[in-house]
Amino acid sequence: MTLLPEKTEKKLGLVIDLDTCVGCHACVISCKGWNTENYGAPLSDENAFGAEPVGAFLNRIHSYEVTPVDKPAHLVHFPKSCLHCENAPCVTVCPTGASYKRVEDGIVLVNESDCIGCGLCAWACPYGAREMDPVEKVMKKCTLCVDRIYNENLPEEDRVPSCVRTCPAGARHFGDLGDPNSDVSILVEERGGTDLMPEQETLPVNKYLPPRPKNQMDDTDILAPYLEPIANEPHGFFNWLDKTLDGI
Amino acid sequence: MHPAPSVIIFTTLSGLGFGLLAFLCLGYPSVGGIVGFIFFAIGFGLAIGGLLSSTFHLGHPERAIKAFSQWKSSWLSREAWLSLFALALSGIYALGRIFFEIDLAIIGFLSAFFCVATVFATSMIYAQLKTVPRWNSGITPITFLAFSIAGGALLAGQISIALPLLALSGVIQIVSWISADKAFSKSGTNLATATRLTANPNEVRSFESPHTGTNYLLQEFVYKVGRKHSAKLRIIGVILAFGMPIIFLSIPFSHYIALVAIIAHIVGMFIIRWLFFAQAEHVVGLYYGKR
Repeated sequence: MTLLPEKTEKKLGLVIDLDTCVGCHACVISCKGWNTENYGAPLSDENAFGAEPVGAFLNRIHSYEVTPVDKPAHLVHFPKSCLHCENAPCVTVCPTGASYKRVEDGIVLVNESDCIGCGLCAWACPYGAREMDPVEKVMKKCTLCVDRIYNENLPEEDRVPSCVRTCPAGARHFGDLGDPNSDVSILVEERGGTDLMPEQETLPVNKYLPPRPKNQMDDTDILAPYLEPIANEPHGFFNWLDKTLDGI
Repeated sequence: MHPAPSVIIFTTLSGLGFGLLAFLCLGYPSVGGIVGFIFFAIGFGLAIGGLLSSTFHLGHPERAIKAFSQWKSSWLSREAWLSLFALALSGIYALGRIFFEIDLAIIGFLSAFFCVATVFATSMIYAQLKTVPRWNSGITPITFLAFSIAGGALLAGQISIALPLLALSGVIQIVSWISADKAFSKSGTNLATATRLTANPNEVRSFESPHTGTNYLLQEFVYKVGRKHSAKLRIIGVILAFGMPIIFLSIPFSHYIALVAIIAHIVGMFIIRWLFFAQAEHVVGLYYGKR
């Protein structure tokens, strides 16, 4: 049923640390790999070696340039995948019931055998989290690796989403955001995690940790004031050269 | 938004068809026999043709029957049910009219109600989307309903009703454009709220896209072709859809002139509906530094 559950027992989701992400796209490749080889229709590519390749991805990394007036400019790598919203607009618009939000853990999934490929759920998602598979013509989206996180055939450390397992920088965290005492909830609390596009009222479960402020660069070395100042006046040969050139 | 021909044809033709059926089922004009057959055939042809066209943009049209299941939450599902009621009831009314020359007034009234309700449901598929600020407004259903009723009156040959309705539709369309042009900036969604990296949208800029190539999102939601001609197309659309039919219907009636008025209206409606999609900007474009 595409009515949203009033409450989910857990709110499983991701916390993405924008301070730590190095923009290597390893999570993109690992996501594509896992979700092509496992649950659901494979994530296809069209014209993969041609002039204009197009393919379905469940996770994409943007990069943004931030130029505050009073702080140093910086570049932020910005991973984006389904935010498993509590008030998921993609679910309620679905005419067939293919899209649903699970009561037990809050994961938003697509039952691909019910999907008619109308695309309305992708229209309703403000984050671009859903992509139509160009070959299978069904809607693909992040499953939070539902086929990994409960999979007892995998070693315990692998029972997290593929992107989280792969991230070499530790920028992606997985857990229950409905439990205020979980590691991820504490992380969000400590670092001031934010919702994307809060005005769209989707109540995303995934949170983004903002980059740490970069306005303290002058104070980074506490020994700096004790160092001998670099001579402003040239000495010896360069002093003579400087004066001679000035005099010409 | 990508202006898919199947969806433009669907919304334009089925809107006209259901508008015509609504008038016929209310007895305007009250016709039976062969004339009634032709009138109803045009109405059903447009409505069903439009609905069939909409299935061409589905990835899996063979599963379309499943779209009837989620009427509790989905406007697309509601539209499926309402169109079924509208077609079934107006079919019964049409049989009575054409073959038995009887006026099943209650069924006719219900048919007209469901025809209008179907057009309303179609419009709500677009109006409900917060992600497309240009559509996310009460004016969207008003325009769809006005065009359907005015077009229906025109096709039904109800000139005295069609004239004011066409003029009103033109005014509604112009008002809708004026308000829709401001909708995106009024929505409050910008790259700053999308990324939460700064409070000031002028301080953040898309530096690099996820991939060098295109993708489904850009193909579906970021459509810029033709936007530069939008002002001219708006004028052409309004003149064809409303202006020319008003002029042609105001001069002494002949069937040829009426036909020209109807063709002008349909061509104008296609242009207006094309603009409805082509000019609509989805908020996801912000993530790509595009609108």
